Amino acid sequence: METINYQNFRIEAENICVDYNGKVALYDANLRLKPGQICGLVGMNGAGKTTFFNALTGFVNISKGKIRINGESVRSAQKDQTIAYVPQNEGIDSQFPISVWDVVMMGRYGSMNIFRCPRESDVQAVKDAIERVDLTDHLSTPIGNLSGGQRKRTFLARAIAQRASILLLDEPFSGVDIRTEKLISELFIKFKTEGKTILLSTHDMIHVREFCDLVLLINKTVVAYGETSEVFTPENITTTFGGISPDFLFGPES
Amino acid sequence: MEFCSFLTLDSFITDPLTHDFMRKALLMSSLVAAVCGFLSSYLTLKGWALMGDAVSHSVMPGVVVAYALGLPFSLGAFIFGVGSVALIGFIKQKSRVKEDTIIGLVFTGFFALGIVLVSKIKSNIDLHSILFGSPLGISLSDVKQTILISLLVVILLSIFRKDLMLYCFDPRHAKTVGINVIFLHYLLLTCLSLAAVVGLQSVGIILVVAMLITPGATAYLLTDKFDNMTVISVLSAIISSLIGIYVSFWFDLETGGSIVLAQTFIFLFAFLFAPRYGIFKLKKLFAGYK
Repeated sequence: METINYQNFRIEAENICVDYNGKVALYDANLRLKPGQICGLVGMNGAGKTTFFNALTGFVNISKGKIRINGESVRSAQKDQTIAYVPQNEGIDSQFPISVWDVVMMGRYGSMNIFRCPRESDVQAVKDAIERVDLTDHLSTPIGNLSGGQRKRTFLARAIAQRASILLLDEPFSGVDIRTEKLISELFIKFKTEGKTILLSTHDMIHVREFCDLVLLINKTVVAYGETSEVFTPENITTTFGGISPDFLFGPES
Repeated sequence: MEFCSFLTLDSFITDPLTHDFMRKALLMSSLVAAVCGFLSSYLTLKGWALMGDAVSHSVMPGVVVAYALGLPFSLGAFIFGVGSVALIGFIKQKSRVKEDTIIGLVFTGFFALGIVLVSKIKSNIDLHSILFGSPLGISLSDVKQTILISLLVVILLSIFRKDLMLYCFDPRHAKTVGINVIFLHYLLLTCLSLAAVVGLQSVGIILVVAMLITPGATAYLLTDKFDNMTVISVLSAIISSLIGIYVSFWFDLETGGSIVLAQTFIFLFAFLFAPRYGIFKLKKLFAGYK
């Protein structure tokens, strides 16, 4: 057995299980990611992708197994603002009366005092983050008046403002325009060079081939995990999607 | 300016103020309205209208028992309000029955228990004032309780205003950055129970849910900013209370019902004429005349 140096891994999930009132959503799942790695999380609806995210952020408790974030517990990762979660567009109330600025400022809440009064540094972090996602013209726009792509970028800015080293993105490319897609891909490359670790769920197989160093195929548990070039095979994808052939899912060219 | 043949607008407003019970009613109801209006923004955005209904009805047996035992009625109401929510949560976890069914089932059960208790406990409990409120007959000890509870709720909401907004908007993010969402959940529930307790004095148990949701719903139609929503919600709640009490005084109407009706009319006005979200969008109408 080799001894593991925890400092080397950003995310370590060992044999984790999650169940909701006795219904198993995820079992014996493993994942290890290092700084600068981008990993795609691929599976059917209900395969446990969101559950996996929820376990890593501590939003649900795992019933078995172990999660280490930077070698520490999920609880201390929360305290250190280590993980940022970028929700699906469908996962948020777009009619909530809140502006782009206020959403991005929420990325700073965890490191503010109890009244959440922004300091100079928080204001600067929010400004910078909004600039990076090219929304400076929409600072006070209510999120309900944004396009799907702009809303996605708002939440990405919140993750940037949080200065998290791990980003979890739920379907970052679904329902966005070409401009947003290009901006997100460029940001991913920058994040990679900054040493951030990215785990993203996606339905789009082309994006997996394009960005992801690693891929994790899941169907309640890990079907396959490894380098995208080795693991992302038609056979594995077929198994992941319960026997449906990838031709049927993605067209004959994939 | 003639209001009626015998009444000027001036005396419409000042005449009731000569009565001590009216001054007290106007002040207390405004305070209660402000508290409920403040909370209302959170409840409507969180989608807790039904929860508000449940809690406010469930406090009934608590009020009756407290009266019978000579305890502050807010204490009994609070215990049953929070208890009902705990029971709803427990049944939801242990059974396959859907949540809205459980909520309806639990609060009607508690409410029925309250009514049965009133009929059994021979005392001078005024069922009518519990059910429909009695802002004109509020006692001195009730005034003290109301002020104390109102202050507590306002202080709690003010301190955790931003956290509660985040909790309503995106609890997952709150959890991810280390904010205690379970605490916020129970904080909001506690404030809801307390607000229901003070609100029932103004409009009674049956209508108190209106105090907790209508101002927020009105404000939601009028703004896209959370802080503005809170301000509009509080203002519309206070204005409705004042209108309701004045109208009930002059036309000899049920006070609680008048307050809630005033809120409903203000909501309908916003629903029809709100600049952006109203049916007739006032902004566009004015733009057309330019």
